[in-house]
Amino acid sequence: MSKEIVFSSETLEVVNKLIRRYPEGRHKSALLPVLHVAQAEFDGWLSPEVMDYVASILNIKPIEVYEVASFYSMFNLHPVGKCLLEVCQTGPCMLNGADDLVAHFEKKLNIKVGETTEDGMFTLKTVECLGSCGTAPMLQCGADYHENLDAEKADALLEKLRTENKRSRYC
Amino acid sequence: MGRKLLLEHVNVPGIETLEVYRKMGGYSAAEKALKTMAPDDITEEVKKSGLRGRGGAGFPAGMKWSFIDKKSEKPRYLVCNADESEPGTFKDRYLMEKIPHSLIEGMIVSSFALGAKTSYIYIRGEYFYVLRILEKAIEEAYAAGLLGKNILGTDYSLDLYVQIGGGAYICGEETALLESLEGKRGNPRMKPPFPAISGLYASPTVVNNVETIAAVPHIVNITGDEYAKIGIGRSTGTKLISASGHINKPGTYEIELGLSVEEFIYSDEYCGGIKGGRKLKALIAGGSSVPILPAHLITKTATGEPRLMTYESLSEGGFVSGTMLGSGGFIVMDDSTCIVRHTWTLARFYHHESCGQCSPCREGTGWMEKVLHRIEHGHGTMKDIDLLVDIAKKIEGNTICPLGDAAAWPIASAIRHFREEFEYHVKNPDKIQDPKHFYHQPFVSEVVNATPEVN
Amino acid sequence: MAKVTIDGVEIEVPDGTTILNAARSVGGDIVPPAMCYYSKLEGSGGKCRTCLVKVTQGSTNDPRPMPKLVPSCRTNVMDGMVVENTTSPDVLEARKGVVEFLLINHPLDCPICDQAGECDLQNLGYKHGKEATRYEEERRTYEKIDIGDKIKLHMDRCILCYRCTFVGEQLTDERKHGVINRGDHAEISTYIEKNIDNEFSGNMIDVCPVGALTDKTARFGSRVWFTKPMDAHRNCTSCSGKVVLWMKGEEVLRVTGRKDQYGEVDSFICNTCRFDKKDAKEWTIEGPRHINRKSVISANHYEHLKEIKEDIVKYQKQIAEKINKG
Repeated sequence: MSKEIVFSSETLEVVNKLIRRYPEGRHKSALLPVLHVAQAEFDGWLSPEVMDYVASILNIKPIEVYEVASFYSMFNLHPVGKCLLEVCQTGPCMLNGADDLVAHFEKKLNIKVGETTEDGMFTLKTVECLGSCGTAPMLQCGADYHENLDAEKADALLEKLRTENKRSRYC
Repeated sequence: MGRKLLLEHVNVPGIETLEVYRKMGGYSAAEKALKTMAPDDITEEVKKSGLRGRGGAGFPAGMKWSFIDKKSEKPRYLVCNADESEPGTFKDRYLMEKIPHSLIEGMIVSSFALGAKTSYIYIRGEYFYVLRILEKAIEEAYAAGLLGKNILGTDYSLDLYVQIGGGAYICGEETALLESLEGKRGNPRMKPPFPAISGLYASPTVVNNVETIAAVPHIVNITGDEYAKIGIGRSTGTKLISASGHINKPGTYEIELGLSVEEFIYSDEYCGGIKGGRKLKALIAGGSSVPILPAHLITKTATGEPRLMTYESLSEGGFVSGTMLGSGGFIVMDDSTCIVRHTWTLARFYHHESCGQCSPCREGTGWMEKVLHRIEHGHGTMKDIDLLVDIAKKIEGNTICPLGDAAAWPIASAIRHFREEFEYHVKNPDKIQDPKHFYHQPFVSEVVNATPEVN
Repeated sequence: MAKVTIDGVEIEVPDGTTILNAARSVGGDIVPPAMCYYSKLEGSGGKCRTCLVKVTQGSTNDPRPMPKLVPSCRTNVMDGMVVENTTSPDVLEARKGVVEFLLINHPLDCPICDQAGECDLQNLGYKHGKEATRYEEERRTYEKIDIGDKIKLHMDRCILCYRCTFVGEQLTDERKHGVINRGDHAEISTYIEKNIDNEFSGNMIDVCPVGALTDKTARFGSRVWFTKPMDAHRNCTSCSGKVVLWMKGEEVLRVTGRKDQYGEVDSFICNTCRFDKKDAKEWTIEGPRHINRKSVISANHYEHLKEIKEDIVKYQKQIAEKINKG
């Protein structure tokens, strides 16, 4: 990664707008939203350098950022594939075939849960309840929910993502 | 057809826009409240309505509001809990996605009642696309003078922001949510002090669930007394139920509290019966944290009374033979379900979501998951079953926040009602290798219609 | 002032006192054990749950019992409150549970741990623990790491009391370590290797209730019960200079703050006193540190020789009497 770690001026404007939502001296409140922005801006994960940069922008200590980023499951502390497939596997999704869906992805992508395909295109991750129990099984890729999945729909989704060839992002 | 308030206009095309929402009578409660009512009048109406917190605990909302410290000179805050993460629950997401303005109107009216000048909606990180919907609606509201300075030409001003989470179930606990909103780890705070005294930025704060806040404009519109007439006894009003699992029509339904559980499961207006004509085996009525019930205790209580969708009826029989309405996450399981496997996924969930702050939850949730994993995969012993019950007992009530109880109850209740199935797993490790081991040959209990022992 | 009854003992304490501190003001068996609370660190307590007690009467005004056990370190007394600690079977049962939870992932490596003999977890385990474990799963393990050039972190042993993070926050100018990850993956860490070098960072060793943070200048020097603790002081510009020297012969093996019976130091000391002054000549030695005779540290303690002799005489007399009685 050779990209310089600094937000573009447009992004910086977004970040400053976020900070202004909170009362004077409470800028730390912007940490979660800003981490999301940073993760989207810097290749889908938070390197220590990126977290240090966020700390400097919010004028807080780096350890405060590490503590928070490592607490929440949506922040990736290691590089991930271009498309992060987050398959829900909790109770209601399990009842409706999440196990089969995960197995299908493992076979199709030839990776295990937690791994990234050799071409760096997909990372397969299992997650806990995404609040989409009535449309199970499902997965999240970036901000998009893909619901009522079966093997066929899953394959179509992979194909679509591959064709689009865009990095998935929450924001 | 039961009465609909929250979802009355959900199928009106364009209801997510300000224009259509207003055309359907939206923001009339805001007009009424800001122009004709005093803040305390609104609290009074909410008290009269009997509205109970819709997030799961069922605490009377009006009473919660009245605890707010009015003597404090610090600013007051209203924070909406949109961190919906309880497995089986997706009603808030549905409401925010479909009718975002109903939440915004609720925030305006409730903030006015509480005297809050800045309010936040804390939404779970995974709902990023819903955040965009809300932000768009908020923008519309600002442009129409419904938010910002001098709302609707009155003296009242309010700023409303949506805060995004980062993926943590624990942030649905109100003090963890406040910590998270302050940019910290979602570790629940020790109570007291309660948020009403010292909440966001150590200021008086009320935290309410999305559905609770969205119900307030309806109460203002029809009056608290009218609202209280819907429902039965202390379960007043309508409630959103998210139905999932093995049913023909999963989805979010608005019911009048007091509907019979049987009707909710089998009527075509709601769940439409069990999928594929299979038999009902078990049910979790109020989100994964509440005790699971076996078929014979679902539609009727242990004493033979019809079970109703109310706080009281569902908890009839206590934890021995009853459960809770909770958040309204209604998970239906047919006879192909392996209760052990399902319970293990829930245990894994709580293990994953424990914040790790206090020792019983940090260590106990992981321990329970590992033991359940062993049993489900054919490596359990009979002793493990009692061990699980004992671990659950040692977590329950001894943790900082209710996540400990939430992790303990599903496991304790699954063993209470389905012990035979756990024993079967221990005795027949060879028959449970396929993850769907009861799909073709459902597990049949040898004890027919057992009423669990009272202890 | 508020009157509170703990295990039948009536105590009068100022309003706003916690149940734990009310109990400590009297001392003895009514004092609940505490692993995470530390009176000198703001915000500490409430996490480990070892100090849970039962409140059978809330106050004179509102005599209802509290529905759940409460952490005595974070619950203030009310006038007329009635508390049960060791007299409540519920409390003892819950405490047994907490001890078990704290130990399931603990390596139980006391034989090679520097903290053995002065470890709060060891004492707690002896008092409330079980003889055998019911835990059959694999225990969590971590790499041992240096946090700062003088402090070793054995995360395996940590019980996540958070005390050391409060030291970082409240005693040093920039906290560089904290709790990362969550649930049972939570760990004390600097995240990326960062050197903690602050004049007061060494206090995290003293506040650690277990052997997770140890003094690298003294590691494996000697079992604590083979050393002689001596109160000593020196003129120090950054701290009180009042310390305990843990000596073997004339050699100073370790320097720590002066801990009371609850493991809390009188005052925090600086790293110069702790790590760099290992020559007895640099200290004014006041005399032997008073050590509770029940502690293993006192096993080799000459201060008690006289008392031990008296004990022997006493027991000899008792035996003689028994024999005489037939």
